[in-house]
Amino acid sequence: MPKDHGIGAAPKRREDLRFLTGTGNYTDDINLNGQAHVFFLRADVAHAKINGLNSDAAAAMPGVVRIFTGADFEGVGGLPCGWQIHSKDGSPMNEPPHPVIAQGKIRYVGEIVAAVVADTLEQARDAAEAIELDLEELPAVVDMKAALADGSALVHDEVPNNRCYDWGFVEDNAAATDEAIKNAAHVTTLELVNNRLVANPMEPRVAIGDYTRHNDESTLYTTSQNPHVIRLLMGAFVLGIPEHKLRVIAPDVGGGFGTKIFHYAEEAFVTFASKQINRAIKWTSSRSEAFISDAQGRDHVTTIELALDADNNFTAVRTHTLANMGAYLSTFSTSVPTYLHGTLMAGNYTTPNIHVNVQAVFTNTVPVDAYRGAGRPEATFQLERVIDKAARELGVDPIALRRQNFISEFPYATPVALEYDTGDYPATMDKLEEIADIAGFAARRAASEANGKLRGLGVNCYIEACGIAPSNVAGALGARAGLYESATVRVNATGGVVVMTGAHSHGQGHETSFPQVIAEMIGIDEGQVEIVHGDTGRGAMGMGTYGSRSIAVGGAAMVRATEKIINKAKKIAAHLLEASDADIELKDGTFTVAGTDKSVAWGDVCLTAYVPHNYPLEDLEPGLEETAFYDPANFTFPSGAYACEVEVDPDTGAVSVERFSAADDFGNIINPMIVDGQVHGGIGQGIGQALRETTVFDENGQLLSASYMDYAMPRADDVPFYAVDHSCQTPCTHNPLGVKGCGEAGAIGSPPAVVNAVIDALNSGGHKVEHINMPVSPSRVWSAMQG
Amino acid sequence: MTQVSMTVNGKAASGDVEGRTLLSAFLRENLGLTGTHIGCDTSQCGACVVHVDGNAVKACTMLAVEADGASVDTIEGQANADGSLNVIQQAFQDHHGLQCGFCTPGMVMSAAALLKDNPKPTEAEVRHYLEGNLCRCTGYHNIVKAIMAASGQDVGAIAAE
Ligand code: FES
Ligand code: FES
Repeated sequence: MPKDHGIGAAPKRREDLRFLTGTGNYTDDINLNGQAHVFFLRADVAHAKINGLNSDAAAAMPGVVRIFTGADFEGVGGLPCGWQIHSKDGSPMNEPPHPVIAQGKIRYVGEIVAAVVADTLEQARDAAEAIELDLEELPAVVDMKAALADGSALVHDEVPNNRCYDWGFVEDNAAATDEAIKNAAHVTTLELVNNRLVANPMEPRVAIGDYTRHNDESTLYTTSQNPHVIRLLMGAFVLGIPEHKLRVIAPDVGGGFGTKIFHYAEEAFVTFASKQINRAIKWTSSRSEAFISDAQGRDHVTTIELALDADNNFTAVRTHTLANMGAYLSTFSTSVPTYLHGTLMAGNYTTPNIHVNVQAVFTNTVPVDAYRGAGRPEATFQLERVIDKAARELGVDPIALRRQNFISEFPYATPVALEYDTGDYPATMDKLEEIADIAGFAARRAASEANGKLRGLGVNCYIEACGIAPSNVAGALGARAGLYESATVRVNATGGVVVMTGAHSHGQGHETSFPQVIAEMIGIDEGQVEIVHGDTGRGAMGMGTYGSRSIAVGGAAMVRATEKIINKAKKIAAHLLEASDADIELKDGTFTVAGTDKSVAWGDVCLTAYVPHNYPLEDLEPGLEETAFYDPANFTFPSGAYACEVEVDPDTGAVSVERFSAADDFGNIINPMIVDGQVHGGIGQGIGQALRETTVFDENGQLLSASYMDYAMPRADDVPFYAVDHSCQTPCTHNPLGVKGCGEAGAIGSPPAVVNAVIDALNSGGHKVEHINMPVSPSRVWSAMQG
Repeated sequence: MTQVSMTVNGKAASGDVEGRTLLSAFLRENLGLTGTHIGCDTSQCGACVVHVDGNAVKACTMLAVEADGASVDTIEGQANADGSLNVIQQAFQDHHGLQCGFCTPGMVMSAAALLKDNPKPTEAEVRHYLEGNLCRCTGYHNIVKAIMAASGQDVGAIAAE
């Protein structure tokens, strides 16, 4: 029987009431008195020297307040990169400056060249057209292999071969891995592309800068997953504004998927320029601008080798990846192909020797950074594709091959530096076989074939690592940020609770799920708990929401703070009940003395804390408010098994997803309805990546897929209903809720299932196709079938 | 500048607009009805769907002056008179048919138009009708389910609970 209250229940989301009635408060819904508007003149060539820029005529146009160019930002800091990677020779990565406005050189189509501030957006846009640019075009660097070749044009003159770093992981494994591959009974090799994606949250980015002269304070309203991080990065590294003079507010955020983690030039611009003109400045991205200015995702080219012994046990995995950074290092770009990717290459398997090599490459393209899953989908895709290929080459069942190599004892230390605390991979595979009705596939295939269609079944596993931690280990690996979360729990005098959390919902429903935890712990109604987030003026510090960390890290911080509250409240209750605090129990919102019928209600204790007449003032401060910072001891490790069934039309190459099933182990679950929704959304994006979406630049660095006309977003009729199950639960052992995180699993686990299914279909009916790169479009399928 | 007048959510509304002002901009900026969202500039996302004289229209494809004299309904006017959610809105909440909420106004307005013409759509009909409404959060599962539930169909049997 599902619970109707607290942890494990599925209350309807309270935030829905405003979203369903048009009364949400997204950043673009905010308009400040007297605000000016900025239009950014963006580069329309990918690589050029700026020999001159004349804005005199533009500045004289109606409504123009001021025009800013690179010169205005000469003394201003660049946008910082949050993770320093070292190459395998020990040298630090190449980290060229990332200016707010281009300084003398343009490096990608979309880079800001000038900013026109005017009374209205139309005036700003009209004036931008009158800016004269004198450009000297340079050859564009687009292809990664060409970029690395000697003699290539250089995106940054100071970065030889356009190489940001050449990373090896774990270097001590390299020789043993080579040796194991040499001695293997069988080696399967696969070269593949993880296609570049545009995150495309439906809400485009918005930034509003608001400076007030009387107190020298700046406020930035922005579409961010982590406003405190923006305050720190922009305040400390770009503009030199101390935290107490800078407030960052991210109100309702309309999706993020990673691309709203990063600190962007537009945020720094409106904050800086608002002070210069002493007037609020608003920028709202158009979708066309989003395609050339939001950091993009994925874009890896990989060769993976899987070695097996004569009994089909995995003995080694060796990978070489080229990872596209784009023209500049976005905030967390460098960590994605390294510590979020290489560390995942053990997957769910006992492979003893693993070595990962990644070269990160600059190109004249939009910067690339984390997109839902960030590194983990890239790891999962190559591993689960190569395992499928190996099974086909060896003529063994792909599920049996996986099962044979599953890790079965925990904790398990992988050769790539992680320690998995819990999991039960056979159980999730059993559950998958059940919900996907794998046994019934043969009959469904026969039915499809009778209709002239090919049918394929693709299965894969995934492991995820959520809530990067602990901070000191991440720091030793090059992270320039802490990875804890904070929570302040404020209990009001009449017993209501307000939680200031550093996590920030952009669709995850924290306003509903976080109160479930507090309600469970104290035994009060969820309606008595309110969540405050998204405003640096109202919560002390926070690292935000990404990497499926909100409940595992943010929720844990909230638990710790609530435990402190309960401890203090028990002392007050003990005083009121004239008992020892060790004997006080809290249940269903009532404090009792163990073994007696003496009790006092939660509300009375809270009131006593604020009206401390009968109160142990000599031992205890009045009031009831506590803060906790929680720094996890380890990552959490959700895992699961996914299955996809597709039909392929052999005449057109069209692929349709007929069934999709997901069996996940997320540990304990706070709100199963929200968890289902997170998995659905991830699967939708994964199917999009596998079948439809890609980002194409031509050889001049022009983005060809720059609108919804050309970038194929998944639509409602591209996907089926999904069968989702998370009844396999091995709780995390090192956070107080036993939770693992669920936000990215769907996007990590689904692309290989889809592609494995297509390849399975294309190895039936006399066809033989080894691999097709994503997106597996009708034309690619059809061409592959022609041989 | 041209004066336009229309009935919005049952009330008279008017304002001065330029010839190029879109209905979506007029609703958001002149009338402060920010529930109508702007998700693209190529008329493909459907976040801006409203009803004009009873028909679903992407408000970013219509000039404000073209709506002069029309009756326009937006998400802000969809709730019941007592403020409670209408049947479609309630089904979206009941079935978790929204996450970030950005596509939601357009989805609800499109769903209302669909159910007016086709009171008991099949799954395939719902999916097909939503061709012009993008959602990046939900994978569409719970949106389709919510719309079918709003039409009075039993969605308990749908896979994946
Ligand atoms: S804003 Fe109207 S369709 Fe996208
Ligand atoms: S709920 Fe976020 S785009 Fe649909």
